[in-house]
Amino acid sequence: MSENKGEIKKMMIILSKGTLENVYAAFVLANGARMEGIEAEMFFTFFGLEAVHKKKLTHLHVATVGNPAMHIPTMLGGLPGVEALATTMMKKEMDKVDMPDVAEFLDILSASGVRMWACKLAMDMFHYKKEDLFEGVEDVITVGDFYKQSAGEGTHMLFI
Amino acid sequence: MEKIIAGKSIAINEEGYLTDFKQWDKSIGEELAAEAEISLTPRHWEVLTYLQTEYKNEVPLSIRKIGKSGVVDIKEFYQLFPKAPLKTATKIAGIPKPASCI
Repeated sequence: MSENKGEIKKMMIILSKGTLENVYAAFVLANGARMEGIEAEMFFTFFGLEAVHKKKLTHLHVATVGNPAMHIPTMLGGLPGVEALATTMMKKEMDKVDMPDVAEFLDILSASGVRMWACKLAMDMFHYKKEDLFEGVEDVITVGDFYKQSAGEGTHMLFI
Repeated sequence: MEKIIAGKSIAINEEGYLTDFKQWDKSIGEELAAEAEISLTPRHWEVLTYLQTEYKNEVPLSIRKIGKSGVVDIKEFYQLFPKAPLKTATKIAGIPKPASCI
């Protein structure tokens, strides 16, 4: 700690959610780390796997139910089509600020040297295979493997 | 703040970025690159020239834009300017640090 003055060397980002806002938060943080010269690795688990599942990653939605910051009454948020509408609106806004879509963002992360891992337990649970995932995902690993990956001074870990 | 770069007194900010692009020339780029432990190849210069053109055209820079530039892809950009490529390359190019998160 005293040696590196608390400097961040590596970010380990765990994504456990598949809602668009959480996926983007994780992606922006990983990309932002690389842009600053910080190493970044991502561990996709539970619903976070949807962000790297080839068939699902283009269909992620924002959460309109149980999300007070959306300012939509929960009852309305649950109506058919509301989630899709909110997602379309958010995607338009994202485009305005030059935010790539999920597929393009994954390519950017991969090209930027972000290492990606899928959680073995969650993969087994959802019956996903490695081939179902974005090519940038290096391997399916256990949580223990992920901790080993995290070794080293100046590593920080985030759970999203 | 002033700093002697390549034998000239150059105005820079606290992060070492030139505050007046008109003061930039290739020898300054070379010296700033050496400080960042990068030896500039013709490929580096192509990218630096592209960044300067975008700056002159007031286009905000981001990693995504660079990937779509047709000049360099993101992977090569990271290889040419390892560690914080956008920050390093803009500094060498004598233009402001981009305020982009993507």
